[in-house]
Amino acid sequence: MENLTVPTMAEMLATGQQPEVLFWVGCAGSFDDRAKKITKAFVRILNRAGVSFAVLGTEESCTGDPAKRAGNEFLFQMQAMMNIEVLNAYEAKKIVTACPHCFNTLKNEYPQLGGQYEVIHHTQFLKSLLDEGRLTIEGGQFKGKKITFHDPCYLGRANNIYEAPRDLIEKLDAELVEMKRSKANGLCCGAGGAQMFKDAEPGNKEVNIERTEDALETQPQIIAAACPFCNTMMTDGVKAKEREADVKVMDVAELIANAQDL
Amino acid sequence: MAYLDNIFFVILLALGGGYFAMNVKKLIRNIKLGRDINRTDNPSARWHNMALIALGQSKMVRRPVAGILHIFVYVGFVIINIEVLEIVIDGIFGTHRVFSFLGGFYSFLIGSFEILALLVIVAVVTFLIRRNIVKLKRFIHSDLKGWPKSDANYILYIETVLMVFFLVMNAADYHLQLLGFGDYHHAGAFPISQFIQPIFNGMDSGVVMMIERAVWWMHIIGILFFLNYLYYSKHLHILLAFPNTWYADLNPKGQFDNLESVTNEVKLMMDPNADPFAAAPPADENAVPQKFGAQDVQDLNWVQLMNAYTCTECGRCTSSCPANITGKKLSPRKIMMDTRDRLEEVGRNIDANKGVFVPDNKTLLNDYITPEELWACTSCNACVEECPVNISPLSIIIDMRRYLVMEQSAAPMSLNAMMTNVENNGAPWQYSQQDRLNWKNEN
Repeated sequence: MENLTVPTMAEMLATGQQPEVLFWVGCAGSFDDRAKKITKAFVRILNRAGVSFAVLGTEESCTGDPAKRAGNEFLFQMQAMMNIEVLNAYEAKKIVTACPHCFNTLKNEYPQLGGQYEVIHHTQFLKSLLDEGRLTIEGGQFKGKKITFHDPCYLGRANNIYEAPRDLIEKLDAELVEMKRSKANGLCCGAGGAQMFKDAEPGNKEVNIERTEDALETQPQIIAAACPFCNTMMTDGVKAKEREADVKVMDVAELIANAQDL
Repeated sequence: MAYLDNIFFVILLALGGGYFAMNVKKLIRNIKLGRDINRTDNPSARWHNMALIALGQSKMVRRPVAGILHIFVYVGFVIINIEVLEIVIDGIFGTHRVFSFLGGFYSFLIGSFEILALLVIVAVVTFLIRRNIVKLKRFIHSDLKGWPKSDANYILYIETVLMVFFLVMNAADYHLQLLGFGDYHHAGAFPISQFIQPIFNGMDSGVVMMIERAVWWMHIIGILFFLNYLYYSKHLHILLAFPNTWYADLNPKGQFDNLESVTNEVKLMMDPNADPFAAAPPADENAVPQKFGAQDVQDLNWVQLMNAYTCTECGRCTSSCPANITGKKLSPRKIMMDTRDRLEEVGRNIDANKGVFVPDNKTLLNDYITPEELWACTSCNACVEECPVNISPLSIIIDMRRYLVMEQSAAPMSLNAMMTNVENNGAPWQYSQQDRLNWKNEN
């Protein structure tokens, strides 16, 4: 078993400590097998960089994002208020999360309900560790590899964050190739708006196939994602195209952790 | 008798202006049928948006061909309308080219109007070709069947005709100026119409004057007609683009509003001191209980209704919508068109019933927009990002989903299962909250 240091906010409080940042793991990051790997990769980087962080653990609950996008404002606000109570009790100031949906909800929709925090996405946090010299990245196994980045809607268009993940990929000495639809024009993976949890409405194609075709057009060795749901959709797309042998779908945090052999 | 022209002109102007004013009043009344929303915060950012996006056309040029051609038409339309001011003064007072005392500057103005008029014709003809010969996908989309397709073409025809009138008017005028005929003193420069002028060579000067007068009248009648056509057309965007960009949402696109009515209920629910059996506060007897979400146009806010009138059906939203691209029924443009059509229907109902809306057993939901369309949305914001005038079809989609879920419990089965999970175990899947940290110790 690997040695991950993952303190909880409760443990921190018991020893009278306040972490630098609270890591909001999110439901996908906690339960989804693929996303758990992203969570661990991110924790390995945090451990390596010596970042003082803590998770809520069993005190964390869904932000309410899928309920809100589905139209269930009641359920969303109940979730939000319960989470805000917990976060405020721990006097959380700064929150980092690897899920753009949690990120968007915590950052934009909680303040009005009494939850005021500095919320950042893990790609932004990793970028700041890099800028502050707390983390160094070397290309390692990704040197010269062709990597294309799929913009998650809730990071990109929703919050105008396009550069942080790209800056990180470029630090790997990889060749970053853009899809024909990228950044503000990026095409959705098909999971947002609670689509992840339902069958697609009748149509002639799945959205993730359309998007995977965009990605494969760039002839990449790796499709980089920055959202656990995009990751699932793109992975499924690559499988449907029978390209899983030569194209990997990886989170930006995994790229960095793997480059460091973490 | 000498003043007959002037009197006729003033009557025409009053009729054209008056009918337009009446429709503007109706337009404002219809928009005000929407719920109130405060969109006056941060005025400096709002002015900035309006200047950049509406005045500066910054989002139009993201698609460069259409964007640049549109700027020709837009600049042409705005600037050539300075000429209309002169026409109006000439018409009322029986003068001829009243601004010509400006001399060299006047020549510069008329000369630039002519060049712009030519550019407008070039752009508009290109637009007609894109719609009717090249048949760009977003212009032959099923959303546009019938009136919307004709509307688009009519606008382009009218614009061409107006510009041709303008140039022929100048050519005839120029011809008469060259002959020193009657009141036609030297005024203006005619870089384009000088090439039309030779067609009048050898023609009787009286006939040319008749032509000049006729085209002058048709030009101004055409403009008044076009002004009044706006209310019935998607072309309203030339006016509404400005308030629409000013009142647009300034928050990050991912931020959806938190319904205040829900906040109050949830707070009450979570307040340990609240008395569950307490009588509800005395309500205003006439107050209609507010619905959660939107079933009809009156449940939307007025900015959303203004959005619907502003939409010029360009279809950039639909052409970038992941659901539409993959063959789903959802088309963000149709959401806006349906909202306007229903709002117009409600408006006509109010007109027919002495100012009161009489329920007609129809609603925006189901009769115009189906749940299938609403459930196809991924909330990706591509439509909002694309809209050249900052319309948000997404906000209407979400408000209607809210009605489906909170008022009708009509979410798809799988979403109900997801929501039950969130409610019971704090995750969209059936995992226990107690297992949330298990990943730490798994390999």
